[in-house]
Amino acid sequence: MNEPKIAPQTLSEKTVKLKEGKNLELILGELSVPLFFTALCLLGIIAAGLNPRFLVNEIITRLARNSFLVLSLIIPVIAGLGLNFGIVIGAMSGQAALIIITHLEIGGLPGFFLAALISVPFSLIAGYLTGLVLNRAKGREMVTGYILGFFANGVYQLIFLVLVGTLIPMSNPKMMLSSGIGLRNTMDLIAVNKALDNALLSSLRLGPFKIPWATFLAIGLLCLFTAYFTKTKLGQQMRAVGQDMHIAAVSGINVDRIRLIAIMISTVLGAWGQLIYLQNIGTFNTYNSHEQVGMFSIAAILIGGASISKATIWNALIGVLLFHTLFVVSPLAGQRILGIPQVGEYFRSFLAYGVIAVALALHAWQTKKKAASRDKE
Amino acid sequence: MELNMSKVKSICSPSHLRNFYEKFGLPRLIICLFLLGLFILAFIMKMDLTILLSASLDRIGMNGLLVLAMLPTLVTGVGLNFGLPVGFVCGLVGGVISMEYDLTGFTGLFTAMLCALPLALLTGYLYAALLERVRGQEMMVGTYVGFAVVAGMCIFWLTAPFKNPSMVWAIGGKGLRVTLTLYEHYSKILNNFLAFKLFGVNIPTGLLLFFGFFCWLAHLFFRTRTGMAMVATGANPMYAMSSGINVRRMRYISVMMSNALAALGAVVYAQSYGFLQLYTAPLYMAFPAVAAALIGGATLKKATVGHIIIGAVLFQTLLTIALPVTQTVLQGTDISEIARMIISNGMILYALTRNERG
Repeated sequence: MNEPKIAPQTLSEKTVKLKEGKNLELILGELSVPLFFTALCLLGIIAAGLNPRFLVNEIITRLARNSFLVLSLIIPVIAGLGLNFGIVIGAMSGQAALIIITHLEIGGLPGFFLAALISVPFSLIAGYLTGLVLNRAKGREMVTGYILGFFANGVYQLIFLVLVGTLIPMSNPKMMLSSGIGLRNTMDLIAVNKALDNALLSSLRLGPFKIPWATFLAIGLLCLFTAYFTKTKLGQQMRAVGQDMHIAAVSGINVDRIRLIAIMISTVLGAWGQLIYLQNIGTFNTYNSHEQVGMFSIAAILIGGASISKATIWNALIGVLLFHTLFVVSPLAGQRILGIPQVGEYFRSFLAYGVIAVALALHAWQTKKKAASRDKE
Repeated sequence: MELNMSKVKSICSPSHLRNFYEKFGLPRLIICLFLLGLFILAFIMKMDLTILLSASLDRIGMNGLLVLAMLPTLVTGVGLNFGLPVGFVCGLVGGVISMEYDLTGFTGLFTAMLCALPLALLTGYLYAALLERVRGQEMMVGTYVGFAVVAGMCIFWLTAPFKNPSMVWAIGGKGLRVTLTLYEHYSKILNNFLAFKLFGVNIPTGLLLFFGFFCWLAHLFFRTRTGMAMVATGANPMYAMSSGINVRRMRYISVMMSNALAALGAVVYAQSYGFLQLYTAPLYMAFPAVAAALIGGATLKKATVGHIIIGAVLFQTLLTIALPVTQTVLQGTDISEIARMIISNGMILYALTRNERG
């Protein structure tokens, strides 16, 4: 993340030198969000009075379940597309692949990998279309991606609730509604349940804790890939586009193409992330499992200290850790403090929404200030 | 579309038609045709059109003010007010307060509105101050501020010191219920005011008059000095500033107006529906209103009262009749919800991607 930054960086460096002692403030400013949430987590843990063993176990599960999805958000941020709310579309592609392998009754690890393979063309096409739309809405990518998620959800439901059994020939009484049209609301994934989690060294425990080694291996590989990718030529071009689209265009980079690629990669990773997520849970709601994915992933990476223009692997991982600790702890804390468990639950969604709102607001505010100070100079 | 165009071109004069087509827009054309198709289907299936029309009128009046709430922010260039829930929950608070004192009839309705208004203006001011600082990202920030407010209000509903036994949970006596029935208070009071039947169609006169009254007010307002200044702000902020208009103030006013309209809209919505829906119910309230305004012809840069009325009528009629018609035709499969999702979000996407940088 210390790669050369063009104009804004030199400018802010100047101001830092001008105002001595601002350096510490800068670091604190960057870390303030994760630090705040660490404090909140600690308070919650104390208030909830949880059994530490239960907590650690829960956090390991959730880290394995969600990290891949959250990591898939990084590349579009580098390319200047902001937080990719369109990740929901990747999740839907992943689910489409899962529906296919469940229908074909291919289970276990082969089934999981087949699903991952099948999801690639779906998510590439979906990602391409997403990219085309986002390229037409420069400067408004996030809100557009967000609405696109809802729109795609409509199309997804149209396909699996209406077209399956009518236009798309399929008959499988186990998966479909009794009328023969449309899929059931929930789908059992017994065949691929924990297929990846238990794929490697499933008997090797770390103390009292069961570790999904293969899932963590996949997450580690994605971290390596992301780190490597930013060093490649394509990655550098993405960074240039993210810094300033006009300068990048002038220096001969095909901006629209780079942005398309960034979204496509993110969509494919999102599909795989959703597969990992669902194989861990073991069952899925055909029509809503993907809905919250975007929001929770984005809230997590923001809590980890990312912003709309800057996100690292560490932001993602720390964010998942903190967000999901809060997720586990807050209902119990609400129960203990106020005697109403729902308070904690609402507080949790308040945090998720609030964090995104504050992060977006802060970013927009800073960009405006920066632009104003640049105008002055 | 190319093919279609060429076919039509041979019939009519091309330039005239293209002009009309460009003004009207492809999505709006599709929606009108879809609506027409639904009516024809309903007619063929021998469905009772009067019931469909009565329900449509109810829905138009019920949602009208919420759609109108989009107008001020669109006019001044703040964009689509995705933060509609901020105003909406103010309306709910007003409704709950009026219910706490067991007020009924018009007293109850207007007390709810009077309680909601100052609250909406205050939160509107704060919300405007935030939006002013995040210029360019108003829509995304607004969406999540709206969500956060709704989630925060959930905690308020749970812990607020309301005592009326018809509102709090029967068990435990703490926290408001999820849906409060207004049957004994002011349910449908506007709907039934001077209501009459025309060819079997139930006309909710009071409701439509109320909506019409506010549209008329808005129409008048945009002819006043302040209103004109707001239009100028939206059309060209630089020009407006140089001609001495306080652009910032105009943007503040528009957000506060939008918020107040949303609060009033919430009360009207609740009385028409017959229930106050608390907790997470207002979460997605903004989206149908946004879609309706856009379907009516409003863009991110230009909007008029006419757009709002057309949008409310088209979109709400579509939503109302899509469910019964598709259910009759397709026997059980309900595509109205899917159609709603695709149409409303497709419309928003169309508006967001149409003009580069707005």
